[in-house]
Amino acid sequence: MKQLFILLGIFAALAVVPFFVSSEFWLNAVLLTLYAALLGQSWNILGGYGGQFSFGHSLFFGVGAYSVAVFQVQLGVNPWIGLLLGGLFGSVIAVGIGFLTFRYGLRGSYFALVTLAFAEVFRIVSNSLWWTGAGEGILIELDQRAVMMQFKSLSHYYWLLWAITLVCFLTVWSLGRSRFGARLMAVRDNEDAAGAIGVDAFTVKLKAMALSGLFTGLAGVFYAQKFLYLDPGIAFGPAVSVESLLVPIVGGLGTLFGPLLGAAALHIVGEVAREMIGDAPGLNMVVFGTILVLMVMFLPRGIGGLGKMSVRNIFKGGK
Amino acid sequence: MLEISNLSIAFGGLKAVDAVSMSVPEGGLVSLIGPNGAGKTTCFALITGFHKPDAGNVKFCGEDITAVKPFKIAEKGMVRTFQIVQPFAGQSVLENIAVGAHLHLRDRQDALDKASSVAHEVGLGDRLEQDAADLTVAGRKRLEVARALATDPKLLLLDEVMAGLNPSEINEVIPVINAIRDGGVTILLIEHVMQAVMQLSEHTWVLNQGRLIADGPPREVAQNPVVIEAYLGKGMAERLEKEKRNA
Repeated sequence: MKQLFILLGIFAALAVVPFFVSSEFWLNAVLLTLYAALLGQSWNILGGYGGQFSFGHSLFFGVGAYSVAVFQVQLGVNPWIGLLLGGLFGSVIAVGIGFLTFRYGLRGSYFALVTLAFAEVFRIVSNSLWWTGAGEGILIELDQRAVMMQFKSLSHYYWLLWAITLVCFLTVWSLGRSRFGARLMAVRDNEDAAGAIGVDAFTVKLKAMALSGLFTGLAGVFYAQKFLYLDPGIAFGPAVSVESLLVPIVGGLGTLFGPLLGAAALHIVGEVAREMIGDAPGLNMVVFGTILVLMVMFLPRGIGGLGKMSVRNIFKGGK
Repeated sequence: MLEISNLSIAFGGLKAVDAVSMSVPEGGLVSLIGPNGAGKTTCFALITGFHKPDAGNVKFCGEDITAVKPFKIAEKGMVRTFQIVQPFAGQSVLENIAVGAHLHLRDRQDALDKASSVAHEVGLGDRLEQDAADLTVAGRKRLEVARALATDPKLLLLDEVMAGLNPSEINEVIPVINAIRDGGVTILLIEHVMQAVMQLSEHTWVLNQGRLIADGPPREVAQNPVVIEAYLGKGMAERLEKEKRNA
């Protein structure tokens, strides 16, 4: 219960940010942090709670983004319906890939490689189909009306993202107190032992894929509507995959607040790095890569784990 | 309750389990013993679906469950523990046991309540919030039993739950196992600790190099020359007999 109050408190504070932050630049910074938290939390469902490390989450992101764009541009489907379609297709593709990989018992790095490979396949395919706009990409026509899910004010985009992210975080909160969540974490920690006491690991992992794909797909829809342009490299390239996994690993795997902490930390580091080394393209990725290596070596529980660790040590010392 | 007939599996040229047949009656507390590498754990793995047998079949409560997946067998009411303990490290004792309780309980609070009562039953009641990875060997063995017990099994297969424990710890575990049986759960033990087998089980099967070589009440089996030779080597039965006569 305490966790829920903290969560709702944080989101209540986030909801009123646009009233207090007048600068477009800073509101955009908070928005991008929230967006990273959404991507990270989606990945966290599968990777942090389920122990299945995907290296190809851009696949679900791209499917969501292209869903809303293609349906809108080619068929004139309203983007609010596209939002549902994007989440749905992200989820369906995730389950499909989960079915193919988990059926053959692929785990660990093999699972990571297969997801990476599928993302690449989709990138190449979307590069050559006319209806995805091929290599030129796809442009959503500017039409700044709420009914077209386009807004004049940045704060409206912000609230849309806030709502999606809140649903995602509430879902993850419920994992911590449900049968499905308990089973998912049991599968993560020991699949054989979980099976011996009646956990159907295959189904549990597919459900986690479905949830993770759903929210990553929704993040894709948001991206498409915010920037109104997609190409195969943006949608299915490795950048989104890396961001998705970096955020929870830095913040704390398998924890509710990890992705928020991770997203905030990475954005602060990213801004500082840009200030210090200038706008050299790609250099921020070098910084992120270094952080990832250091985190895995010295802080495997992430920033969130720092607090837990010291509390536990105090507890132990007191005994 | 559990009927195994002609169960066999070979790994390459090695017949790990060779035409094993046995029958566990409902309400019993029976055991399977044998020297290291005899195939006891493999036998458990075959019964509970972790390996597919090359031949033979397993019937549980009259239903053929040969090569059915482990989680389905657990749903039917037969649950095993692991000789090499497999806790969900990083989760608390209570959370570990609750995973078992969730087999038949959907609600989180119900599962936690059930887990807590099972923990008290096996003597982990004072360590509910402890990280499972921080438990001692004895604690982890109890956790294995607790997790399995929380699923409300009809038949519990315990794989060497006393291996690695010191004599006083063994004396604490024996009444726990007896209490589980008195609670209406049938138990099949794999055990190395003869003291436990003698005190607990009504009937025992002896496995050696994948084959059943004897069965009967533990005291009789322990006198059986074939069994003594399997454990101590060829000629030992004769030598022991001679020493006894000379003494």
